[in-house]
Amino acid sequence: MVTPVLPLTMSGAVVKRRSKIVLGPVDLTIGGQGLTIVLGPNGAGKTTLLRALHGLERLAQGDTVWQVPLDQARARQGFVFQSPIMLRRSVLDNLTYPLRLNGMAKPEAAQMARGWAARVGLDRALEQPAPQLSGGEQQKLALARALITAPEIVFLDEPCASLDGRATREIETILLAAHASGTRIVMATHDIGQAKRLATEVVFMMRGAIVENGPAAAFFASPKTPQAAALLRGDIVE
Amino acid sequence: MGDIWEGLASGFWLVVTLDPDLVAITLMSLRVTVTATLIASCIALPFGAWLAIRRFRHRRLVIAVLNALMGLPPVVVGLIVYLLFSRSGPFGVLGLLFTPTAMIIAQVIIIAPLIASIAHQAMRDLWADYHDLLISMSASKWQRVKTLIWDGRRALLTAALAGFGRAIGEVGAIMIVGGNIDNATRVLTTAIALETGKGDFARALGLGFVLIGLAVTVNIVIHTVGRTEREGKW
Repeated sequence: MVTPVLPLTMSGAVVKRRSKIVLGPVDLTIGGQGLTIVLGPNGAGKTTLLRALHGLERLAQGDTVWQVPLDQARARQGFVFQSPIMLRRSVLDNLTYPLRLNGMAKPEAAQMARGWAARVGLDRALEQPAPQLSGGEQQKLALARALITAPEIVFLDEPCASLDGRATREIETILLAAHASGTRIVMATHDIGQAKRLATEVVFMMRGAIVENGPAAAFFASPKTPQAAALLRGDIVE
Repeated sequence: MGDIWEGLASGFWLVVTLDPDLVAITLMSLRVTVTATLIASCIALPFGAWLAIRRFRHRRLVIAVLNALMGLPPVVVGLIVYLLFSRSGPFGVLGLLFTPTAMIIAQVIIIAPLIASIAHQAMRDLWADYHDLLISMSASKWQRVKTLIWDGRRALLTAALAGFGRAIGEVGAIMIVGGNIDNATRVLTTAIALETGKGDFARALGLGFVLIGLAVTVNIVIHTVGRTEREGKW
Protein backbone atom coordinates (compact mmCIF):
# COMPACT_ATOMS: atom_id res chain seq x y z
CA MET A 1 0.00 0.00 0.00
CA VAL A 2 1.31 3.43 -0.96
CA THR A 3 1.54 5.97 1.86
CA PRO A 4 -0.47 9.11 0.98
CA VAL A 5 1.54 12.34 0.75
CA LEU A 6 -1.12 14.24 2.74
CA PRO A 7 -1.73 15.78 5.16
CA LEU A 8 0.82 18.48 4.53
CA THR A 9 1.82 20.56 7.50
CA MET A 10 3.48 23.94 7.24
CA SER A 11 4.84 25.29 10.52
CA GLY A 12 6.20 28.74 11.20
CA ALA A 13 7.05 29.20 7.52
CA VAL A 14 8.64 32.51 6.56
CA VAL A 15 9.70 33.57 3.07
CA LYS A 16 11.97 36.57 2.70
CA ARG A 17 13.01 38.56 -0.33
CA ARG A 18 15.98 40.86 0.13
CA SER A 19 15.68 40.50 3.89
CA LYS A 20 12.03 41.57 3.80
CA ILE A 21 9.37 39.13 4.95
CA VAL A 22 6.88 38.51 2.14
CA LEU A 23 5.15 35.54 3.75
CA GLY A 24 4.61 34.38 7.27
CA PRO A 25 5.03 33.18 9.75
CA VAL A 26 2.45 30.73 8.44
CA ASP A 27 1.01 27.64 10.12
CA LEU A 28 -1.25 25.63 7.87
CA THR A 29 -2.37 22.05 7.46
CA ILE A 30 -3.66 20.77 4.14
CA GLY A 31 -5.71 17.67 4.87
CA GLY A 32 -6.28 14.69 2.63
CA GLN A 33 -9.52 15.82 1.04
CA GLY A 34 -11.21 18.96 -0.16
CA LEU A 35 -10.79 21.91 -2.45
CA THR A 36 -9.04 24.78 -0.73
CA ILE A 37 -9.31 28.25 -2.14
CA VAL A 38 -6.67 30.77 -1.11
CA LEU A 39 -8.37 34.16 -1.19
CA GLY A 40 -6.93 37.60 -0.82
CA PRO A 41 -6.16 40.84 -2.64
CA ASN A 42 -3.13 41.32 -4.87
CA GLY A 43 0.08 41.18 -2.89
CA ALA A 44 -1.51 39.21 -0.06
CA GLY A 45 1.00 36.40 -0.51
CA LYS A 46 -1.23 33.83 -2.21
CA THR A 47 1.27 32.93 -4.89
CA THR A 48 4.17 32.84 -2.44
CA LEU A 49 2.16 30.56 -0.14
CA LEU A 50 1.40 28.11 -2.95
CA ARG A 51 5.00 28.17 -4.16
CA ALA A 52 6.25 27.60 -0.61
CA LEU A 53 3.86 24.68 -0.11
CA HIS A 54 5.01 23.18 -3.41
CA GLY A 55 8.67 23.71 -2.58
CA LEU A 56 9.44 26.41 -5.13
CA GLU A 57 10.29 28.95 -2.44
CA ARG A 58 13.13 28.58 0.02
CA LEU A 59 11.90 29.04 3.56
CA ALA A 60 13.89 31.44 5.70
CA GLN A 61 12.29 29.87 8.77
CA GLY A 62 9.95 26.98 9.49
CA ASP A 63 9.29 23.92 7.42
CA THR A 64 6.77 21.90 5.44
CA VAL A 65 6.27 18.26 6.31
CA TRP A 66 4.76 15.69 3.98
CA GLN A 67 3.89 12.16 4.98
CA VAL A 68 6.51 10.75 2.61
CA PRO A 69 10.09 11.86 1.83
CA LEU A 70 10.28 15.14 -0.06
CA ASP A 71 11.46 13.68 -3.38
CA GLN A 72 8.50 11.27 -3.41
CA ALA A 73 6.10 14.03 -2.37
CA ARG A 74 7.37 16.24 -5.21
CA ALA A 75 6.73 13.56 -7.78
CA ARG A 76 3.14 13.18 -6.59
CA GLN A 77 2.02 16.80 -6.86
CA GLY A 78 1.39 19.24 -9.65
CA PHE A 79 1.47 23.00 -10.09
CA VAL A 80 -0.33 25.24 -12.55
CA PHE A 81 1.15 28.71 -12.91
CA GLN A 82 -0.81 31.89 -13.43
CA SER A 83 0.95 32.45 -16.74
CA PRO A 84 1.10 28.97 -18.23
CA ILE A 85 4.62 27.82 -19.02
CA MET A 86 4.54 26.06 -22.35
CA LEU A 87 7.37 23.83 -23.45
CA ARG A 88 8.39 24.75 -26.98
CA ARG A 89 6.87 21.56 -28.28
CA SER A 90 3.60 20.33 -29.69
CA VAL A 91 0.50 19.97 -27.52
CA LEU A 92 1.00 16.19 -27.59
CA ASP A 93 4.64 16.47 -26.49
CA ASN A 94 3.70 18.87 -23.69
CA LEU A 95 1.25 16.28 -22.40
CA THR A 96 3.61 13.34 -22.70
CA TYR A 97 6.51 15.23 -21.11
CA PRO A 98 5.75 14.54 -17.41
CA LEU A 99 4.92 10.93 -18.21
CA ARG A 100 8.20 10.46 -20.08
CA LEU A 101 10.05 12.09 -17.17
CA ASN A 102 8.61 9.34 -14.99
CA GLY A 103 9.87 6.71 -17.40
CA MET A 104 6.65 5.79 -19.20
CA ALA A 105 7.13 4.28 -22.67
CA LYS A 106 6.44 6.62 -25.58
CA PRO A 107 3.43 4.80 -27.13
CA GLU A 108 1.74 4.44 -23.76
CA ALA A 109 2.41 8.10 -22.91
CA ALA A 110 1.08 9.23 -26.30
CA GLN A 111 -2.10 7.21 -25.82
CA MET A 112 -2.71 8.70 -22.41
CA ALA A 113 -1.93 12.19 -23.72
CA ARG A 114 -4.49 11.80 -26.52
CA GLY A 115 -7.11 10.84 -23.95
CA TRP A 116 -6.35 13.92 -21.85
CA ALA A 117 -6.27 16.18 -24.91
CA ALA A 118 -9.79 14.96 -25.75
CA ARG A 119 -10.93 15.59 -22.17
CA VAL A 120 -9.80 19.21 -22.28
CA GLY A 121 -10.91 19.80 -25.85
CA LEU A 122 -7.47 19.99 -27.43
CA ASP A 123 -7.65 16.80 -29.46
CA ARG A 124 -7.70 18.73 -32.73
CA ALA A 125 -4.59 20.68 -31.78
CA LEU A 126 -2.34 17.76 -30.87
CA GLU A 127 0.38 18.59 -33.38
CA GLN A 128 0.12 22.36 -32.95
CA PRO A 129 2.99 24.16 -31.21
CA ALA A 130 1.81 24.77 -27.64
CA PRO A 131 3.12 28.37 -27.47
CA GLN A 132 0.81 29.23 -30.38
CA LEU A 133 -2.37 28.26 -28.51
CA SER A 134 -4.72 30.90 -27.12
CA GLY A 135 -4.46 31.86 -23.44
CA GLY A 136 -7.42 29.69 -22.46
CA GLU A 137 -6.14 26.72 -24.44
CA GLN A 138 -2.69 27.10 -22.90
CA GLN A 139 -4.19 27.10 -19.42
CA LYS A 140 -6.25 24.00 -20.20
CA LEU A 141 -3.15 22.31 -21.53
CA ALA A 142 -1.17 23.30 -18.43
CA LEU A 143 -3.94 21.90 -16.25
CA ALA A 144 -4.10 18.64 -18.21
CA ARG A 145 -0.31 18.37 -18.05
CA ALA A 146 -0.41 18.82 -14.29
CA LEU A 147 -3.18 16.24 -13.88
CA ILE A 148 -1.97 13.63 -16.35
CA THR A 149 0.31 11.96 -13.82
CA ALA A 150 -2.64 11.58 -11.42
CA PRO A 151 -1.05 13.68 -8.67
CA GLU A 152 -2.46 13.49 -5.17
CA ILE A 153 -2.45 17.26 -4.85
CA VAL A 154 -2.43 20.10 -7.38
CA PHE A 155 -1.64 23.73 -6.63
CA LEU A 156 -3.14 26.30 -8.99
CA ASP A 157 -2.10 29.92 -8.97
CA GLU A 158 -5.02 31.96 -10.30
CA PRO A 159 -5.41 29.78 -13.38
CA CYS A 160 -8.42 31.77 -14.63
CA ALA A 161 -7.00 35.24 -13.94
CA SER A 162 -6.96 36.38 -17.56
CA LEU A 163 -9.61 34.12 -19.03
CA ASP A 164 -13.12 34.86 -20.20
CA GLY A 165 -16.24 33.26 -18.75
CA ARG A 166 -16.34 30.30 -21.11
CA ALA A 167 -12.69 29.36 -20.61
CA THR A 168 -13.11 29.82 -16.85
CA ARG A 169 -16.07 27.44 -16.84
CA GLU A 170 -14.10 24.85 -18.82
CA ILE A 171 -11.20 25.06 -16.37
CA GLU A 172 -13.57 24.76 -13.41
CA THR A 173 -15.24 21.71 -14.96
CA ILE A 174 -11.88 19.99 -15.34
CA LEU A 175 -10.94 20.94 -11.79
CA LEU A 176 -14.16 19.63 -10.32
CA ALA A 177 -13.76 16.36 -12.23
CA ALA A 178 -10.22 15.99 -10.87
CA HIS A 179 -11.45 16.80 -7.39
CA ALA A 180 -14.27 14.24 -7.73
CA SER A 181 -11.71 11.61 -8.69
CA GLY A 182 -9.78 12.25 -5.47
CA THR A 183 -7.20 14.87 -6.34
CA ARG A 184 -6.63 17.40 -3.56
CA ILE A 185 -6.80 20.90 -4.96
CA VAL A 186 -5.35 24.09 -3.53
CA MET A 187 -6.07 27.12 -5.67
CA ALA A 188 -5.40 30.82 -5.34
CA THR A 189 -7.90 33.32 -6.67
CA HIS A 190 -9.27 36.73 -5.93
CA ASP A 191 -12.53 35.95 -7.67
CA ILE A 192 -15.13 35.63 -4.90
CA GLY A 193 -17.66 34.06 -7.25
CA GLN A 194 -15.22 31.36 -8.24
CA ALA A 195 -14.34 30.74 -4.61
CA LYS A 196 -18.03 30.29 -3.74
CA ARG A 197 -18.52 27.90 -6.67
CA LEU A 198 -15.56 25.68 -5.87
CA ALA A 199 -14.32 25.92 -2.31
CA THR A 200 -14.82 23.43 0.48
CA GLU A 201 -12.18 25.26 2.54
CA VAL A 202 -10.97 28.84 2.44
CA VAL A 203 -7.64 30.34 3.40
CA PHE A 204 -7.95 34.13 3.52
CA MET A 205 -4.71 36.08 3.35
CA MET A 206 -3.67 39.68 3.90
CA ARG A 207 -0.18 41.17 3.76
CA GLY A 208 1.65 37.85 3.76
CA ALA A 209 -0.26 36.28 6.63
CA ILE A 210 -3.22 33.94 6.96
CA VAL A 211 -6.07 35.93 8.47
CA GLU A 212 -8.77 33.28 8.34
CA ASN A 213 -8.77 29.58 7.61
CA GLY A 214 -11.70 27.19 7.75
CA PRO A 215 -14.67 25.58 6.03
CA ALA A 216 -15.95 27.53 3.05
CA ALA A 217 -19.58 27.56 4.14
CA ALA A 218 -18.71 29.13 7.50
CA PHE A 219 -16.34 31.64 5.90
CA PHE A 220 -18.91 32.87 3.40
CA ALA A 221 -21.78 32.84 5.92
CA SER A 222 -20.03 34.59 8.78
CA PRO A 223 -16.50 35.79 8.21
CA LYS A 224 -14.63 36.32 11.45
CA THR A 225 -12.49 39.25 10.42
CA PRO A 226 -13.51 42.70 9.21
CA GLN A 227 -11.19 42.37 6.21
CA ALA A 228 -12.87 39.14 5.06
CA ALA A 229 -16.30 40.66 5.62
CA ALA A 230 -15.29 43.67 3.57
CA LEU A 231 -13.99 41.45 0.76
CA LEU A 232 -17.22 39.47 0.68
CA ARG A 233 -19.28 42.68 0.63
CA GLY A 234 -17.37 43.67 -2.47
CA ASP A 235 -15.47 46.50 -0.81
CA ILE A 236 -11.94 47.29 -1.87
CA VAL A 237 -9.53 45.51 0.44
CA GLU A 238 -5.86 46.46 0.33
CA MET B 1 37.86 46.12 -59.62
CA GLY B 2 39.35 44.08 -62.46
CA ASP B 3 40.84 41.61 -60.00
CA ILE B 4 37.42 41.03 -58.45
CA TRP B 5 35.76 40.26 -61.78
CA GLU B 6 38.72 38.11 -62.75
CA GLY B 7 38.42 36.35 -59.39
CA LEU B 8 34.71 35.77 -59.89
CA ALA B 9 35.35 34.36 -63.34
CA SER B 10 38.20 32.24 -62.01
CA GLY B 11 36.04 30.96 -59.16
CA PHE B 12 33.19 30.19 -61.53
CA TRP B 13 35.56 28.39 -63.86
CA LEU B 14 37.12 26.38 -61.02
CA VAL B 15 33.68 25.25 -59.91
CA VAL B 16 32.14 24.40 -63.28
CA THR B 17 35.21 22.45 -64.39
CA LEU B 18 35.37 20.72 -61.00
CA ASP B 19 39.06 21.56 -60.78
CA PRO B 20 40.66 18.53 -59.06
CA ASP B 21 42.83 20.71 -56.80
CA LEU B 22 39.81 22.76 -55.77
CA VAL B 23 37.77 19.64 -55.08
CA ALA B 24 40.55 18.14 -52.94
CA ILE B 25 41.08 21.38 -51.02
CA THR B 26 37.36 21.90 -50.52
CA LEU B 27 36.86 18.35 -49.28
CA MET B 28 39.78 18.76 -46.87
CA SER B 29 38.30 22.05 -45.63
CA LEU B 30 34.95 20.40 -45.07
CA ARG B 31 36.48 17.34 -43.42
CA VAL B 32 38.52 19.38 -40.95
CA THR B 33 35.84 21.97 -40.21
CA VAL B 34 32.85 19.65 -39.97
CA THR B 35 34.76 17.25 -37.71
CA ALA B 36 35.98 20.10 -35.51
CA THR B 37 32.47 21.58 -35.33
CA LEU B 38 30.94 18.22 -34.38
CA ILE B 39 33.54 17.54 -31.68
CA ALA B 40 33.37 21.08 -30.30
CA SER B 41 29.55 20.96 -30.32
CA CYS B 42 29.52 17.67 -28.41
CA ILE B 43 31.63 19.32 -25.72
CA ALA B 44 30.34 22.89 -25.78
CA LEU B 45 26.57 22.50 -26.17
CA PRO B 46 26.01 20.36 -23.05
CA PHE B 47 28.53 22.52 -21.20
CA GLY B 48 26.65 25.70 -22.16
CA ALA B 49 23.35 24.15 -21.05
CA TRP B 50 24.88 22.87 -17.82
CA LEU B 51 26.35 26.28 -17.10
CA ALA B 52 22.91 27.86 -17.60
CA ILE B 53 21.18 25.71 -14.99
CA ARG B 54 23.90 24.99 -12.48
CA ARG B 55 24.68 27.39 -9.66
CA PHE B 56 28.11 27.04 -8.14
CA ARG B 57 30.86 29.10 -6.64
CA HIS B 58 32.86 31.17 -9.17
CA ARG B 59 30.17 30.59 -11.83
CA ARG B 60 30.38 34.22 -12.93
CA LEU B 61 34.14 33.88 -13.27
CA VAL B 62 33.74 30.78 -15.44
CA ILE B 63 31.25 32.63 -17.67
CA ALA B 64 33.56 35.63 -17.90
CA VAL B 65 36.52 33.41 -18.84
CA LEU B 66 34.38 31.55 -21.38
CA ASN B 67 33.30 34.82 -22.97
CA ALA B 68 36.89 36.03 -23.01
CA LEU B 69 38.01 32.80 -24.70
CA MET B 70 35.67 33.58 -27.60
CA GLY B 71 38.29 36.05 -28.70
CA LEU B 72 41.15 33.58 -28.41
CA PRO B 73 43.79 34.55 -31.01
CA PRO B 74 43.98 31.63 -33.46
CA VAL B 75 47.68 32.17 -34.06
CA VAL B 76 48.39 31.74 -30.36
CA VAL B 77 46.28 28.58 -30.27
CA GLY B 78 48.17 27.32 -33.30
CA LEU B 79 51.46 28.06 -31.62
CA ILE B 80 50.47 26.25 -28.41
CA VAL B 81 49.15 23.21 -30.30
CA TYR B 82 52.33 23.28 -32.38
CA LEU B 83 54.50 23.23 -29.24
CA LEU B 84 52.40 20.48 -27.66
CA PHE B 85 52.61 18.23 -30.74
CA SER B 86 56.12 19.08 -31.94
CA ARG B 87 58.75 16.34 -31.58
CA SER B 88 60.05 17.82 -28.34
CA GLY B 89 56.54 18.51 -26.99
CA PRO B 90 54.61 16.35 -24.53
CA PHE B 91 52.47 14.83 -27.28
CA GLY B 92 55.21 14.71 -29.92
CA VAL B 93 55.27 10.94 -29.78
CA LEU B 94 51.80 10.85 -31.36
CA GLY B 95 53.22 12.29 -34.59
CA LEU B 96 50.16 14.44 -35.24
CA LEU B 97 51.85 17.66 -36.26
CA PHE B 98 51.19 18.62 -39.90
CA THR B 99 48.20 16.29 -40.09
CA PRO B 100 44.47 17.08 -40.41
CA THR B 101 44.07 15.77 -36.84
CA ALA B 102 46.26 18.56 -35.46
CA MET B 103 44.24 21.07 -37.47
CA ILE B 104 41.02 19.66 -36.03
CA ILE B 105 42.42 19.89 -32.48
CA ALA B 106 43.39 23.53 -33.00
CA GLN B 107 39.97 24.36 -34.44
CA VAL B 108 38.16 22.63 -31.60
CA ILE B 109 40.11 24.75 -29.10
CA ILE B 110 39.25 27.91 -31.03
CA ILE B 111 35.53 27.32 -31.58
CA ALA B 112 34.45 25.40 -28.46
CA PRO B 113 34.35 28.53 -26.25
CA LEU B 114 32.40 30.40 -28.94
CA ILE B 115 29.81 27.63 -29.25
CA ALA B 116 29.59 27.17 -25.47
CA SER B 117 29.15 30.88 -24.87
CA ILE B 118 26.38 31.32 -27.45
CA ALA B 119 24.74 28.10 -26.22
CA HIS B 120 24.94 29.34 -22.64
CA GLN B 121 23.21 32.59 -23.50
CA ALA B 122 20.44 30.82 -25.40
CA MET B 123 20.01 28.22 -22.67
CA ARG B 124 20.01 30.84 -19.95
CA ASP B 125 16.99 32.55 -21.52
CA LEU B 126 15.21 29.25 -22.03
CA TRP B 127 16.03 28.18 -18.49
CA ALA B 128 14.51 31.41 -17.18
CA ASP B 129 11.28 30.38 -18.96
CA TYR B 130 11.37 26.74 -17.90
CA HIS B 131 12.90 26.96 -14.42
CA ASP B 132 9.77 26.80 -12.30
CA LEU B 133 8.07 24.21 -14.48
CA LEU B 134 10.97 21.76 -14.54
CA ILE B 135 11.63 22.16 -10.81
CA SER B 136 7.91 21.67 -10.21
CA MET B 137 7.97 18.48 -12.27
CA SER B 138 10.96 17.16 -10.31
CA ALA B 139 13.07 16.82 -13.44
CA SER B 140 16.56 15.62 -12.56
CA LYS B 141 19.55 17.77 -13.52
CA TRP B 142 20.27 15.54 -16.50
CA GLN B 143 16.60 15.65 -17.59
CA ARG B 144 16.70 19.45 -17.35
CA VAL B 145 19.83 19.64 -19.52
CA LYS B 146 18.28 17.24 -22.05
CA THR B 147 15.06 19.27 -22.15
CA LEU B 148 16.90 22.54 -22.65
CA ILE B 149 19.07 21.06 -25.38
CA TRP B 150 16.08 19.59 -27.21
CA ASP B 151 13.78 22.60 -26.89
CA GLY B 152 16.61 25.01 -27.62
CA ARG B 153 17.95 22.95 -30.49
CA ARG B 154 17.44 25.65 -33.07
CA ALA B 155 19.35 28.20 -31.02
CA LEU B 156 22.02 25.58 -30.43
CA LEU B 157 22.16 24.90 -34.15
CA THR B 158 22.88 28.58 -34.63
CA ALA B 159 25.66 28.32 -32.03
CA ALA B 160 27.15 25.36 -33.87
CA LEU B 161 26.89 27.21 -37.17
CA ALA B 162 28.70 30.19 -35.65
CA GLY B 163 31.46 27.76 -34.69
CA PHE B 164 31.45 26.32 -38.21
CA GLY B 165 31.66 29.79 -39.67
CA ARG B 166 34.63 30.70 -37.54
CA ALA B 167 36.38 27.39 -38.19
CA ILE B 168 35.99 27.35 -41.96
CA GLY B 169 37.39 30.86 -42.25
CA GLU B 170 40.27 30.24 -39.88
CA VAL B 171 43.79 30.39 -41.25
CA GLY B 172 46.39 31.27 -38.63
CA ALA B 173 46.25 28.20 -36.41
CA ILE B 174 45.82 25.60 -39.11
CA MET B 175 48.62 27.13 -41.15
CA ILE B 176 50.96 26.63 -38.18
CA VAL B 177 49.86 23.13 -37.15
CA GLY B 178 48.90 21.87 -40.62
CA GLY B 179 51.75 23.34 -42.60
CA ASN B 180 49.64 23.92 -45.76
CA ILE B 181 51.01 20.76 -47.37
CA ASP B 182 49.65 20.08 -50.84
CA ASN B 183 47.29 17.09 -50.97
CA ALA B 184 47.69 16.60 -47.24
CA THR B 185 46.74 19.59 -45.10
CA ARG B 186 45.92 22.32 -47.60
CA VAL B 187 42.50 23.86 -47.08
CA LEU B 188 40.73 26.75 -48.75
CA THR B 189 41.99 29.44 -46.38
CA THR B 190 45.62 28.33 -46.45
CA ALA B 191 45.41 27.95 -50.22
CA ILE B 192 44.12 31.53 -50.48
CA ALA B 193 47.03 32.73 -48.33
CA LEU B 194 49.46 30.83 -50.56
CA GLU B 195 48.00 32.16 -53.83
CA THR B 196 48.02 35.69 -52.43
CA GLY B 197 51.67 35.26 -51.47
CA LYS B 198 52.43 34.11 -54.98
CA GLY B 199 50.64 37.16 -56.38
CA ASP B 200 47.95 35.11 -58.13
CA PHE B 201 45.15 37.32 -56.87
CA ALA B 202 42.60 36.04 -59.35
CA ARG B 203 42.97 32.45 -58.18
CA ALA B 204 43.08 33.60 -54.54
CA LEU B 205 39.85 35.51 -55.06
CA GLY B 206 38.33 32.58 -56.89
CA LEU B 207 39.09 30.33 -53.94
CA GLY B 208 37.72 33.05 -51.65
CA PHE B 209 34.40 33.12 -53.50
CA VAL B 210 34.25 29.34 -53.33
CA LEU B 211 34.87 29.55 -49.57
CA ILE B 212 32.11 32.11 -49.09
CA GLY B 213 29.76 30.10 -51.29
CA LEU B 214 30.54 26.97 -49.28
CA ALA B 215 29.87 28.69 -45.94
CA VAL B 216 26.60 30.18 -47.20
CA THR B 217 25.48 26.88 -48.72
CA VAL B 218 26.16 24.93 -45.52
CA ASN B 219 24.21 27.50 -43.50
CA ILE B 220 21.25 27.46 -45.91
CA VAL B 221 21.19 23.65 -45.95
CA ILE B 222 21.34 23.39 -42.16
CA HIS B 223 18.66 26.05 -41.64
CA THR B 224 16.45 24.39 -44.26
CA VAL B 225 16.87 20.92 -42.77
CA GLY B 226 16.50 22.32 -39.24
CA ARG B 227 13.39 24.32 -40.25
CA THR B 228 14.63 27.21 -38.13
CA GLU B 229 12.34 29.81 -39.59
CA ARG B 230 9.25 27.77 -40.22
CA GLU B 231 7.88 27.14 -36.79
CA GLY B 232 7.71 30.60 -35.32
CA LYS B 233 8.18 30.89 -31.60
CA TRP B 234 9.25 27.37 -30.88
